[in-house]
This record gives sequence, structure tokens and C-alpha cells, in this order.
Amino acid sequence: MPDSHSDWRAVASLKTLQQRAAMLTAIRHFFLERSVLEVETPLLSHAGNPDTSIESLTSHCSIHGKEQLLYLQTSPEFAMKRLLASGSGAIYQICKAFREEPLTDLHNPEFTLLEWYRPGFDHFQLMEEITSLLQHLGLVEKKSDVMSLGYQQLFDCYAGINPFQATVDELFSVVTENGINVHVASANQAKPGKGFTHDELLDLILTHIIQPQLTQQDFVFVHSYPASQASLARVSEKNPQIAERFELFAKGVELANGFNELTDSIEQARRFQSDSGIREQKKLRKIKYDQHLIDALASGLKPCAGVALGLDRLLMLIAGGNSIREVLAFPFDRA
Amino acid sequence: MASYSTSEFRGGLKIMLDNDPYVIVENDIVKPGKGQAFNRVKVRNLKTGRTIDRTFKSGESVEGADVMDTNMEYLYNDGEFWHFMDPNTYEQIAASQEAVGDSYKWLKEQDSCEVTLWNGVPLTVTPPNFVELKVTETDPGLKGDTSGGGGKPATLQTGAVVRVPLFIQIDEVIKVDTRSAEYVSRVKDA
Repeated sequence: MPDSHSDWRAVASLKTLQQRAAMLTAIRHFFLERSVLEVETPLLSHAGNPDTSIESLTSHCSIHGKEQLLYLQTSPEFAMKRLLASGSGAIYQICKAFREEPLTDLHNPEFTLLEWYRPGFDHFQLMEEITSLLQHLGLVEKKSDVMSLGYQQLFDCYAGINPFQATVDELFSVVTENGINVHVASANQAKPGKGFTHDELLDLILTHIIQPQLTQQDFVFVHSYPASQASLARVSEKNPQIAERFELFAKGVELANGFNELTDSIEQARRFQSDSGIREQKKLRKIKYDQHLIDALASGLKPCAGVALGLDRLLMLIAGGNSIREVLAFPFDRA
Repeated sequence: MASYSTSEFRGGLKIMLDNDPYVIVENDIVKPGKGQAFNRVKVRNLKTGRTIDRTFKSGESVEGADVMDTNMEYLYNDGEFWHFMDPNTYEQIAASQEAVGDSYKWLKEQDSCEVTLWNGVPLTVTPPNFVELKVTETDPGLKGDTSGGGGKPATLQTGAVVRVPLFIQIDEVIKVDTRSAEYVSRVKDA
């Protein structure tokens, strides 16, 4: 690929570019009909995302003679919640998001997200609306074509284990029994779970054992995640083991992630601080978190549900490609 | 030896796993949106040639393997070892039968080969892509048939047997592609 004089060319075909335009038009039409307001928020922010599994891209600039470190957003979540707290009502945004991560068939460091928030909805109502959007886009015929199951049920069906109760050693056995050859550093041989944490093993089972079995299913919602993987979701009042978070998988590929949103400012600050602590421990970059978000939640954010959906991956489904490159005009290496 | 983080993984990188040297053949990254990333790697054991899958937690490090590819001149076989010489330093090394493997069929004295060294000891020997070898045995074939269709087996000076066109005769030198063990052309005597 490198050093070729034809690298100036677009990678996506004209047909795919037209399909992208049609998809964006259809999405805007869907939200217009439902009176959800389209908004824009800054891509560059003074604060970043301390999530330990996400790395931000940054920009150094000098404005009014002042040297500043700015973060490119990893999603518009914080700014959109500030809009909600400002009284915007239901909102959606189609925007670029950036993450410092290696290029794969499913990842480009710059990608397009559709994110929307529904005050008064819980995550199940939002999942219904996502299905309606998929119907509107012609990707789903009947609502019943979309499968929905709890995280526990998912692990029970596809890996034969209870993700909430299993010990790390039991989870590790599932990995080996399924023929996954995991590298164990010699220093970790004697440790419980061979040195892997409970959540790492759940991610290992999900990505290596379960997701490959979901490739035959067009759309599957997985909800009720372990509270340890709550991210920005609220923890269930009925069952403190469960976070009110969901993901949508399309042919085994992660397409959307949504929450019944955490609106408690104290808990939000605690999670930011906990992430920052883990970052320090893991020697990851220190990230300044968004105090504006904490302040917005403290001023009062009504219960709402929100979701981020990867539009490049959605376009891959529409256009039928195997690599995200094929749906981007200029993927990272040609940007 | 340096150690490598999974973020440095790429095809061709040589690493130590279970005390054996391996080369990375393929490196796939599995990254959940919110969660632990993994490198799913295909690695080939440089001693046995066997390829296996291995999953690493992204961020882990592994020790690099002190494996070096060097160009060496093949000197001779003493019945047990194959001897090579570094053309720059004139240093000589002996490769075992295990390291030479099937490559012995293409080793002609003074040809330049790629010898892969692990901690200074030959691990594998790769012959040049093309070698010129003399035919020591073949059926005389039909006089006047120059079409080359059909072909016949010919034994070469190293013991290798390849299919050659019917017009090739004993004592002629032919060029062979060692990767496919196929005849390429006849070499006119200089």
C-alpha cells in the first residue's frame, strides 16, 4: 500500500458513498418525524475521557498565546448530557469521534457515530426505538427478528457458564475447553485465573467464544451487564450486580452501546476518579476529566437513556463489506 | 534480548514462547468498545515449522527471540553436518540435519543460502530461490522431440528429482525453482 501514486484516490466506491448519503438522510428523516433535535457539540474539548479501555487523541495548540492541550472527543456523550441538563429535550447527533487504537477491519481511529438521548425513556424503550430505526433503514423486517437477551443468558446459552457467579478459575477453564490458547506469563501460572481479572476473562469469552457464534444472527441486543462493566450506566436498584447497559451486535459485530444513563453526580465523580486511579496504576496516560459534566449532573439531569451507534459499521452492513476501509472515502492511511 | 509489547506485534517479529523461537505470521486485534483488547496471533515455531494460534492480553510483553537471518556460502557436507561460511568474516558454522531439513536437496557448493541463526546456532537453512544443477540421471528420451510436453523425471547432482522436458539429457545443467521444486530452463554451458 505505501508509496503508491494512486493513494490519493478514494477507497470507498461511488456506490458506497451514495449509500452513506442515503443512510444519513434516512436517519435524519427518522428523527425529524419523532421530533428529536439534531445538535452539534465540540469535537475538541478541554477535558477527556478517563475510561481505561479508551485512549484519546490529543491536540496541542496555542490560542491567544496560551499553550493548551485539547482532547478530540471519543464520543459526544459528555457534551450531549450537558445539553440535556441545559433543557434541550430529546437530541441526536451525527459526528466524528476519535480513538487512539490500531487499525483493524472494524476500527479506524477516526469514525462516525450516531448518538442520541431520550429523556423519560429507560434502556428497554430505547432498544425498541433502535429496532424501529433499523426497520426504517430496511435492515429489519419484523420487530421479532431482533433477538434480545440478558448478559447472563447470553453466557449461559453460548458458553455454558454463569458470568456473575463463576470464579476466575472456572472462567479460565471455559476458555481452555473451547480451544482458546491464551498466553500466560510464567509469573502468572500459579495465580487465580492465571492472572486474568474476572472482567478480562468475561471479555475474552465474549470476544473469542460468543461473538463468533453470533455471526449468523443479524441483530442481537445484550442487556443487563455486570455492574463492574457499567461504564456510564446506572446500576439497577433491584439488583446491584447489574448495570442497566446494553449492546447491539450485528452479525457478531458490536454496533451500538447504550445506557440507562447515570445521572448521579457523586457516583459519576467517583467513577471518573476510580478510572483515573486505574490509569495511574496501569501507567496509562493521565486524562483530565470533565468537571462540567459533574456540575451538569449536580444541577439535575432527568432520567434518560442514550446510545451510540457506529455508522461506518452500519454502512458495512448496508453495503455488504468486510472491512471498514471499504466504506470510508479516505481511511486513516490515506487521510 | 529486548522484549516486545503487543502494540509492537507485526508479521515477521520473532518472539520466544514456551522456550522456543517463533515468528509472528498474522496479528489480529480484537477490541471491544468498552473492555479489554486482545491480540489474536498466528505464530510459527521456527524449530518445528508448526503454526499455532495464541491470544495475548493487549499491553502484555514477551521476550524477543535472538533470531538472525544471514547470507552464507555453502561449503561442504561431512556426512553429518553441513558447513557454511560467512563471506564477510570467513567464519564457519556447521548446521545439523534437523536445521537443513529438506533443503539439502538444493545445496550446491559455493551457492549463497539464507541461514537463520538462533543464539548463534543454525535453526533453518533456506536455499536460493533458483539453483543451477547438473542432471546425473534421466531417460534418454525421444530424439527430435523439443516440444517439452509430458516431461520425464531427472535426478540432479544433489540427489533431487524434478520433472524436466524430454529434450534434457544427462550432464546438462538446468535451472530449478527451489520453492516449487520445478524445472525453469536449460542453462547453456558458459
